[in-house]
Amino acid sequence: MAGHAPARREFLSNGAALGCCLAASPMLTPVTFASAPHDHRLVVIILRGGMDGLDAIRPLGDAAFSTLRPDLRLNETDRGMDLDGFFALHPALAGLMPLWRAGEFAAFHAVSTPYRGKRSHFDGQDVLESGIGLEDRQTRSDGWLNRVLQQLPGAESETAYAIGRSDMLLTRGAAEVADWAPDAALVLSPQAQSLLEMVMHDDPLFRDATIEAIALSGTDLAAQPGRPAPRGGDMMNAMRENMRAARGGARPASIARFAADRLRQDTRIAAFSLNGFDTHSRQDKSLPGALERLAEAIMTLRNNLGPVWERTTVAAMTEFGRTARLNGSGGTDHGTGGSMLLAGGAVRGGRVLTDWPGLTEADLFQGRDLRPTRDLRAPLGWLLRDLFGFEQHVIENAIFPGTEMRTDPGLIR
Amino acid sequence: MRFDREMADIRFGCGLSPRIAPPRDIQQMIDQLKGPDEASNVFPIPKTETILELARASRAASQQRRSASTEKSREDAREARRSVRRRVQRLALDSLANGFLRRALTEDGLRERLCAFWGDHFTASGKEARWRHARPAYVETAIRPHVTGYFADMLRAVATQPLMLHYLDQHLSVGPTSRVAQGNRTLDGLNENLAREMLELHTLGVDGPYDQSDVRQLARLLTGLSYNLKQGFIYRPGFAEPGPETILGVTYGQGKGRLEDIHAALDDIATHPSTAAHVARKLAVHFISDEPAEALVAHIAARFRDTDGDMAAVTEALLEHPAAWQPAAENVKRPVDFIGSALRALDIVPRHIPKNDPRKMLDLLIMPLALMGQDWTGPSSPEGWPEANEEWITPQRLAARLQWAMSAPFALRRVLPDPEDFALGALGRAPPQDVIRAARAAETRAEGVGIVLASPAFQRM
Repeated sequence: MAGHAPARREFLSNGAALGCCLAASPMLTPVTFASAPHDHRLVVIILRGGMDGLDAIRPLGDAAFSTLRPDLRLNETDRGMDLDGFFALHPALAGLMPLWRAGEFAAFHAVSTPYRGKRSHFDGQDVLESGIGLEDRQTRSDGWLNRVLQQLPGAESETAYAIGRSDMLLTRGAAEVADWAPDAALVLSPQAQSLLEMVMHDDPLFRDATIEAIALSGTDLAAQPGRPAPRGGDMMNAMRENMRAARGGARPASIARFAADRLRQDTRIAAFSLNGFDTHSRQDKSLPGALERLAEAIMTLRNNLGPVWERTTVAAMTEFGRTARLNGSGGTDHGTGGSMLLAGGAVRGGRVLTDWPGLTEADLFQGRDLRPTRDLRAPLGWLLRDLFGFEQHVIENAIFPGTEMRTDPGLIR
Repeated sequence: MRFDREMADIRFGCGLSPRIAPPRDIQQMIDQLKGPDEASNVFPIPKTETILELARASRAASQQRRSASTEKSREDAREARRSVRRRVQRLALDSLANGFLRRALTEDGLRERLCAFWGDHFTASGKEARWRHARPAYVETAIRPHVTGYFADMLRAVATQPLMLHYLDQHLSVGPTSRVAQGNRTLDGLNENLAREMLELHTLGVDGPYDQSDVRQLARLLTGLSYNLKQGFIYRPGFAEPGPETILGVTYGQGKGRLEDIHAALDDIATHPSTAAHVARKLAVHFISDEPAEALVAHIAARFRDTDGDMAAVTEALLEHPAAWQPAAENVKRPVDFIGSALRALDIVPRHIPKNDPRKMLDLLIMPLALMGQDWTGPSSPEGWPEANEEWITPQRLAARLQWAMSAPFALRRVLPDPEDFALGALGRAPPQDVIRAARAAETRAEGVGIVLASPAFQRM
């Protein structure tokens, strides 16, 4: 488990009240303000529940598709937006069309993690976030994005941010990763801060999380547009403010705004997850909302990153695809192959990259799922090489063990 | 490493209380557990039948609105809908308040902890409005009566609960060659969700000796399990896939689907040695440590196997093992345990809980729970709440705990105890000296009490 490291600058401004906590914190490395030596930004979005890649990026050009998805209303508006004459984009992703036209959006199709077999969310997400197949692993794994940080020379605690209320395996590991939810905030008197320090001192888990919570709350990071930063003193009012902000949940837009704010500064890597892709029934009703939230998150990043967008790559991936056929309830069950989406000013987009397996009965994996023709870790590996300059053997051995990267898809401009 | 009265209340109960003495010994804990369920009589939580009744009333109000033709009848229909909404809100807030009051005032804290544990093991929650607040009733109906019974009976109970069937889509599953599917060749209507989670999460565990074919076969066997709002659980033979089905090498049923065949399979899976091992580890992780002693896990698993999953005996196996009484408190309380034990230490009684003020309930309990990571309507995945300490003590989740500790006790109680006395009561005989010093040094009682509740000594169990 990584130490929870506070954002450096905020930490220093709060340092006076923290006394010996400061000395005990993992931050007591020589203070420098150098940012990571690489200028690229990477945002990883985990789509939880298993996004149906066949519905997100629809292979309308494959004759077998219409028999698999008879419920898809095939009038012009509901079919989706044509991408390349073969694939079409789900209507709920319409917000991304400007990126497609600008060549800043690409999709990989018929890809998957190496996970096969029981089609469990939990194992599937475990493989996706650890970047290692279950059989290639001896012990409980760290996350692949954490291993990226371990390989980055000059990476600091603020180089990577995990954003949102849930802790992700993706960023867990030996390298320090900051984490924060935009809807959390803590207001304490200076005396309460120093007493907390006293009682937390001997318990690293509590101590480090407290330091970071205080550091982040002491800045305007916790404030959201339209909401004033909480003032000290009146704790009950502060809690009310928190509650009010949280009532709507941390929406993708507020997460993406927070991420953009960090990425414009010293942060190089950000990660968060979006839920709601486990569409077992009435997929025509349940999937659009989840896809719209994804499009909203990506477009909020673009709109808030300014010129940094040109150096940004967003990769959205999921634990598995879903069954090729609709089930009896108009939904889809857990499957295998699916799609991975890339967006960003740095991306050489305007392409659906795939070694298309076809959709006839014989083409389907185990007679039911889109057959994965490429390990999604391979394109991710090329992406990491292009963004951070890693050698191929570092990627194949340290970051994605058990992966063969094969041919370079040339993902970055 | 042996029994300790205060540890018994902190680690296996709902925390220390200034008015209720901790258990004398393990025998008393087991006797209370097997005795009458006093807490549920004093602080009742409605059962599934009430949820169904409200769902029926809601449906009737919608129909009334659709068929209304005059302004008067439209207004009547709107009033009927408002009335149902008020009753649902009442039910949800009462269930939440009584759940916490049980923890604050019970003499049988182990029962509350076991109900939470098994309710989480068999996680189900509402995916649409009418089921949104059904989880407490589900636990009350299917889990609570079975915490000292047989595991197999609890498995049968949850597998026939409308909320579980709804949550894991079982009511939508149709046998591919069932009577209903005949003449409709287009779709294979099987839904594997319940079958898969039953093997992976409820019984054998993900490392268990099953494969995709067992999932598929069990899904076929489970077809027919369904519910409606009038009767609750129903078995629909027309949806059932004709047998036989073979699961883990055992063949069930022949021809027409029968509920008895499902029961037989569930009984076999419930008493499988892999289920014993899976359940034993989960218990040890939940109550003792994220990395429990293997001897403890083996001891519990052996008792499970020897008794065919008699859960009173299994619980006793946990309590009687020396490793259960390791001095180090390794686990962090979950938000519900944290708030519940804080209310208990604060000597909260029913008049302190603002259950008739939805706004205050939201600010003092519902939103804090969500910010601490434990939404009151249930976890977001069938896996239930996470166990690892690191999942709960992240900066933002801890911030919510600290904020609650500093502000909620005063908001609920108005009159707060002396912080040093409070520390001695809440932490037991040997509180850390740092916490006593901090409690003494606080500027206000609210901050002093807050510091005690925020201390790792209180937050670990």
